[in-house]
Amino acid sequence: MSTKEFRPGGGLNVSRRTLLQAGAGLIGGTVLPASVTAPALAADHPAIGTYPAGSSGSSVFIGISVPRTGTYAVQGEDELKGYELAIEHINSGHELIKKISPKTTKGVLGKELKYGVADSAAKPNEAVQAQQRFITENKAVMITGGTSSAVAVALNKLAQREKVIFVCGISGSNDTTGKDCVRYGFRQDFFGQTAAAAIAPVLIKQFGKNKKAAYLTPDYTYGHTVTKSMQDYLAQAGWTTSTNQVSPLGAPDYSSYLLNVANSGADVLINVNWGHDAVLSTQQAKQFGVLDKMKLVVPYQVPFIARETGGLMQGVYAATDYWWTIEDKYPLAKMFNDAFDKKYGYKPEWGAENAYVSFAHWARMVEEAGSFYPPDVIKTYEKGETLPSLVGDVHYRAEDHQCVRPVIIVRGKMEKDMKNKEDYYEVIEIVPGEGLMQKPDAFGCHLGDYT
Amino acid sequence: MINWPNFVSQLFNGLALGALLALISSGLTIIYGTLGVLNLAHGAMFMIGGYAGYVAYTYTGSFILAVIAGSLFVMVLGVVMERVIIRHFYHRPHEDQLLVTFGLGICFVEIVRLIFSSQSQVVPPPATLQGITSLGFLFYPTYRLAVVGIVAVALGALFLVLYRTRLGMIVRAGIEDSVMVDSLGINVYRVFMIVFGIGAMAAGFAGIINAPVVSLTPGVGDDILVETFVVVVIGGVGSFPGAILGGLIAGEIISITSMFNPGYAYVMLFAAMTLVLVLRPHGLLGTQGRE
Repeated sequence: MSTKEFRPGGGLNVSRRTLLQAGAGLIGGTVLPASVTAPALAADHPAIGTYPAGSSGSSVFIGISVPRTGTYAVQGEDELKGYELAIEHINSGHELIKKISPKTTKGVLGKELKYGVADSAAKPNEAVQAQQRFITENKAVMITGGTSSAVAVALNKLAQREKVIFVCGISGSNDTTGKDCVRYGFRQDFFGQTAAAAIAPVLIKQFGKNKKAAYLTPDYTYGHTVTKSMQDYLAQAGWTTSTNQVSPLGAPDYSSYLLNVANSGADVLINVNWGHDAVLSTQQAKQFGVLDKMKLVVPYQVPFIARETGGLMQGVYAATDYWWTIEDKYPLAKMFNDAFDKKYGYKPEWGAENAYVSFAHWARMVEEAGSFYPPDVIKTYEKGETLPSLVGDVHYRAEDHQCVRPVIIVRGKMEKDMKNKEDYYEVIEIVPGEGLMQKPDAFGCHLGDYT
Repeated sequence: MINWPNFVSQLFNGLALGALLALISSGLTIIYGTLGVLNLAHGAMFMIGGYAGYVAYTYTGSFILAVIAGSLFVMVLGVVMERVIIRHFYHRPHEDQLLVTFGLGICFVEIVRLIFSSQSQVVPPPATLQGITSLGFLFYPTYRLAVVGIVAVALGALFLVLYRTRLGMIVRAGIEDSVMVDSLGINVYRVFMIVFGIGAMAAGFAGIINAPVVSLTPGVGDDILVETFVVVVIGGVGSFPGAILGGLIAGEIISITSMFNPGYAYVMLFAAMTLVLVLRPHGLLGTQGRE
C-alpha cells in the first residue's frame, strides 16, 4: 500500500477543500431530483454494470461458465465448442455469422471478442463465483452459462444485480424465463412446457388415451417443471401418473427408483433426467426389465444419449432443440454442421447449436444498437423483430425475453435404418413455436429494471 | 408404492449394493489397518479398474479378460504408488497422507478424463449374464445377481489370504504391532507394498465388476469413496469382517430408505454412522484402542 495517501499520524490525506466539495456533492445528490443530477454525470449513457469500462478498449470480454466435470460434463463440452465456434466466426466475420448478423464485419462493433471459461460443474455457486470474477476483474460485457437450469436461474439473478447481459446456455426449466426471468437475461432454447406441448399430442396419438405414466424426475427446477408440464398436457387425454420418482442430480445408481417404477404398473416411462443421469437411468431401466414392460419417452432430449446408451433410444420419442439432419430443410443449419464438423470432427448436438445461435443473436443486437450500453442492447432484443437462426426464423418476446422457436420431435432410428454412425434419429415433426407457447406471464415473469 | 414384492426387491437391491461396497471397503480398510494410511485415492482406483477393464474389453471382447486386466492394472498401480509416493508418508502426520492421496485421486481422474473424455463408456456383461432372472418372488437383473456371488467369492479369497496364509498372519500381526513384526526379521516394508497392492486390487476388481451396472465416467469413484468411508467407519476402521458387515448395512439402509424417499438415503446413512459412532466409537467390529 502506498504511504503517500496517509499522514504520519494516520488518516487519509484529504484536503479541506476536497472534503467540502465531496460533502457538497453528497448533499446535492441526496436532495436534488434525478433529472437535475443525471445530465451532470454523463450524457445519455451513464455508467452501468461494466459499461463503459468493459467496451472502451479494442476488445471486449465474455464470461463463459459450462460444466466440464460432473453429470453434465459431456453436454457442457458440446456447448463450449458452440461458443468457441461462434466467437471465432464473429471475430473473423464468417459468412454464417453474416447471415444472422448482417452488420458484423470483424468482431462486434469492430472489437475483438475475448473470453474466459470456468468449470461450473453444474453448480450454481461455482458458476456465480466464476462469473462474478469475470465481471469484476475482466469487465465482461456479456456472460453465459447453463446446462443446468439451476445455474441459469442463479446467473439470471447475478446478471440483473450486476447489470450485465446474460445470454442463457442450455436450460429447459419453465422458471428461467418464467418466475425467475430478468430484464438482463435472454434464452434461445425453449421451456420444458414448450417441449411438453409439442410432444404430448405425438405421444397421445402413438400410445392412445388413458395411459398410466411413471416419471423419473431430477430434483431441481428443470426436473420439477418439465414433469409438471408433461403431467398437465397428458392429463388432457386422461393420462395419469402412477409414480413420480424424484432423484438427486448426479445420482450414482437408479436401481431403487427403477424398482419402484417397475412395480408401478405404468404403460410409459417418462424419463425427465438429463445428461449422464439420463444415460445411466435409461441403461439401468433396461437392466431391470422396465423397458420390456413399458415404453420409454424422453420429453426433453439429451445430447449424445443415443450414442451413450448404445441402441436404447431406438424407437423412442423425444423433443429436442436441434437435430443435425434438419440441414436438408435449413441452409444455415447445413453451414453450421459443416463448419462444426470440420473443426471438431462430429455433428453438433443441440448444446452447440444453442450456444452458437445465442452468441450470434447477441452480436446482432449489439451491432443494431450500435453500442454495448446494456439498456440499448436489451431494447433491441425487445423490438421482437424476426431473426434468422439455424432452425428458421425466430423472435424474442419482449415480455419475458424468451425466444419463440420451433420444437423438433424425433424418434430413435433402428440400427438397420441408420445411414451413418451419427444418424441416430428420424425427425418426425418440426412444430412451430407460435402455437406451443403459453402467454408470457403464465409462469409469473416480471422483468426487472433497465438501470 | 410400498408392497411386499417391492420391499423384497429393495432388500435384494441393498444386498447387491452392499456386497460391492463391502469389497471396495475391504481394500480401503486393509490398507488403513496395516499401513495406517487413509487412502483417499481409493475411489479413483475403483474408477481406473473400470477403465483398464474397458480397454481390455475393447481389444479382446472378453469380459473375463477385462476383469483380470482391470484388477492387475490397479494392483500394479497400487504397488508403484506405494513405492514411489506413499512410503514417504508412513511416518508423516495423517493430514499429509490425506492430502497427498486426495491429490493423487484428482490427478488420476483428470488423466482418465483427458484420455477417454467425459462421455460414459459401457462394458456389457457377459452374454450368459444378460437379461432378467425370475427368482419366483421377484425379477432381478441376472448380472446383479451374479455380482453378489462374484463378490462373495472374492471376499472369501481375501479372507483366506488374510486368515489362512503366512502373509495374512504377518499382515494381521503388522496391524497389531508393526515394530514387533519388524524386529522378528520380517521385511515389513515389502509386506506393506504387497498389502497396498492387494488393497488397490480389491478396488480395481470392484471397479470393473461394477462397470456393467453403472456405466463408466471419470467421476464414478467420487461418490463411492464417500460411501466406502462411511462403511469403514460403521464396520470399524481396520477390521476386515467390519467392512463386510458395514457394507451390507449401508447397502440396505440406502436401498430401504430409497423405497420410501430416495432423497433421504444419504441422510439415513450418515444418521446410522453417527449412531454407531456414539454407541461404539470404534465401529461395530473395530478393535478398541487402535490409534
